[in-house]
Amino acid sequence: MKHKAMSAAIVAGAVATAVAGLSSTVPAHAQAKEKCYGVSLKGQNDCKAGAGTTCAGTSTVDYQGNAWTLVPKGTCVTMDVPGDRHGSLTELKRDLPKA
Amino acid sequence: MTMAAPKPSSDRSESTDAGAAPGSREFSEALLDPEAAPPAGLVGPDGKAAPKRFNVYRNNVIVSLSEALGQSFPAILSLLGEDYFNALARAFVTRHPPETPVLMWYGGAFADFLERFPPLAAYPYLADVARVEWAWLQAYHAADATPLNPAELSAVAPDKIAGVRFARHPAAAVVTSKWPVLDLVRANRFATDTADSIDLDAPQSVLVTRPDMDVGVFLLRPGGEVFLSALFEGTTLGEAAASALEKTSEFSLADCLSDCLSSGAFTAIEGY
Amino acid sequence: MTSKASPSRLTRVDAAIPARAGAGLKPEHIAEILAERADVGFFEVHAENYMGAGGPPHRQLEAIRHDYPLSLHGVGLSIGGEQPLNKAHLQRLAELNRRYEPGLFSEHLAWSTHDTAYFNDLLPVPYDDAALERVCDHVDAVQETVGRQMLLENPSTYIAFEQSTMSELDFLKQITRRTGCGLLLDVNNVHVSCTNHQQSAEDYLEDFPLHAVGEIHLGGHAPDTDDAGLPLLIDAHDREVDAAVWSLYERVVENNGPLPTLIEWDNEVPAWPVLFAQVKAAEQILARVAEPGLRRAV
Repeated sequence: MKHKAMSAAIVAGAVATAVAGLSSTVPAHAQAKEKCYGVSLKGQNDCKAGAGTTCAGTSTVDYQGNAWTLVPKGTCVTMDVPGDRHGSLTELKRDLPKA
Repeated sequence: MTMAAPKPSSDRSESTDAGAAPGSREFSEALLDPEAAPPAGLVGPDGKAAPKRFNVYRNNVIVSLSEALGQSFPAILSLLGEDYFNALARAFVTRHPPETPVLMWYGGAFADFLERFPPLAAYPYLADVARVEWAWLQAYHAADATPLNPAELSAVAPDKIAGVRFARHPAAAVVTSKWPVLDLVRANRFATDTADSIDLDAPQSVLVTRPDMDVGVFLLRPGGEVFLSALFEGTTLGEAAASALEKTSEFSLADCLSDCLSSGAFTAIEGY
Repeated sequence: MTSKASPSRLTRVDAAIPARAGAGLKPEHIAEILAERADVGFFEVHAENYMGAGGPPHRQLEAIRHDYPLSLHGVGLSIGGEQPLNKAHLQRLAELNRRYEPGLFSEHLAWSTHDTAYFNDLLPVPYDDAALERVCDHVDAVQETVGRQMLLENPSTYIAFEQSTMSELDFLKQITRRTGCGLLLDVNNVHVSCTNHQQSAEDYLEDFPLHAVGEIHLGGHAPDTDDAGLPLLIDAHDREVDAAVWSLYERVVENNGPLPTLIEWDNEVPAWPVLFAQVKAAEQILARVAEPGLRRAV
């Protein structure tokens, strides 16, 4: 897509403003701490069998019903929504984006 | 468990019968379909078919992949609750099993699946929450790279600056959303003890990146998602700014560029 | 940028894995391990968890590798699969071997991929000539690509193939003879599989080609029952090593001498001191074996 370009002077001015405002915070990344190992996320690959039961992953009853009939019981149904939709998000009336 | 054991009787004793030598195709199909009888030719120590034994494998596949998905999408898990998430994960896993043995790369299709899963139509924001979590996971494992030092921009002549292009940091991604994704992800993943109410009418788009070892999710100002997406696609600074301004008059090039530089969205400038 | 040797890489401890006890490395334990300089013989990681390009996993593993010998354990290559090995995955394993110089490198006698679908489980292989041919070809390909000997681990299985024409032991022996690979003897898997198939674990170990063993695995299992009410043990790695497995292990090292021994704990991962205590328990047995005067009467 071809857009009408901004004037070079406006761009240059904005860049100068941005860079000037940053100069004091630059070293943050540059001098990354040697001892920082970041968050320890569990590895997804394991060599283990399932949770010690032979049927947790196999119940045909659950499979039939599964997520088509269950109702979410997590935070999305208890979350407070300000305004007239305060309460359950299942009552969300806002126009939904096209699926 | 009352699942009827298949009683293939006669054909089990015939070693030439194709059904008595299950290949990985028969094994795989039965793994993902709990309705199916276990493949013939698999037996317990008594020489009889043993569906419960086969179910150990079914269990391992579904449970381990669901767990992997839950680890990658903790906010979705929290939003839906464990029971619902497990049922949903099973539906996803059986329809979209991983196509790689590396599970940090499994789940790229989960957001689209959430978006199209009819029972979840009342929760249209879930897909974008999943997109942020996916971007977070990919940023976590992305190549390490030193972010662009903003001072490099000072070296560009003012009349050339609009033509500058930026190299995306390998960890950086933009998630554009009509929903308050940052608030949703924060409340359900990073600050789960805070009980702030969330205004579903306040859209938020975010930059996810990892300048050093810690992944950050940064709120983009108005027009920022258009600006940064355009830069990531390789357009020039001047063009990206113009397209953002076309989207919203609230766009501020100085503020947005400042945010992108300080959060480490780029590694280099080129093309000037 | 990541392939460049950093100064720290040059001061890593020697790669060779001592005949001591080690632990499966869990990210949640790393800070504690590094802070207290835990006295552990080596650590083992699942290769697939380090196949990303960068980030905290590599930063953490490099810190561990700096201080400890490392064993690289693949869980997703599908060596027992019917289809050719995933070449890209094989290259990733080769790259990890170059990057971390692990003292040992192992994979499983199992399959996990069919067509494009990866099942994330160690699925069983029939013990017949066709499967033997395939597994040997795959082990050859691994050792050629990675450029080193690999260890192949005996599996935990829950079901038997009617089509099998040889025992698991004969199958494993043939593989080592034909490919020159070593074996990773998982004593918990021996106990689990032998119980599940109503065989004697003692007999199995009596006949195991111990000369080919480069490493031992120990881990916990969960008890269950099968369709007929027979005991069915699940290789869950979710608890301490079972007493029966400890005594099988003791017998193996008494007969063979000390071997690098890994404690695996992958489900319900406990606090580090709990896992460390299991490592220490294995080290005590190894120490008794190393000093025959301390050997306990069996």
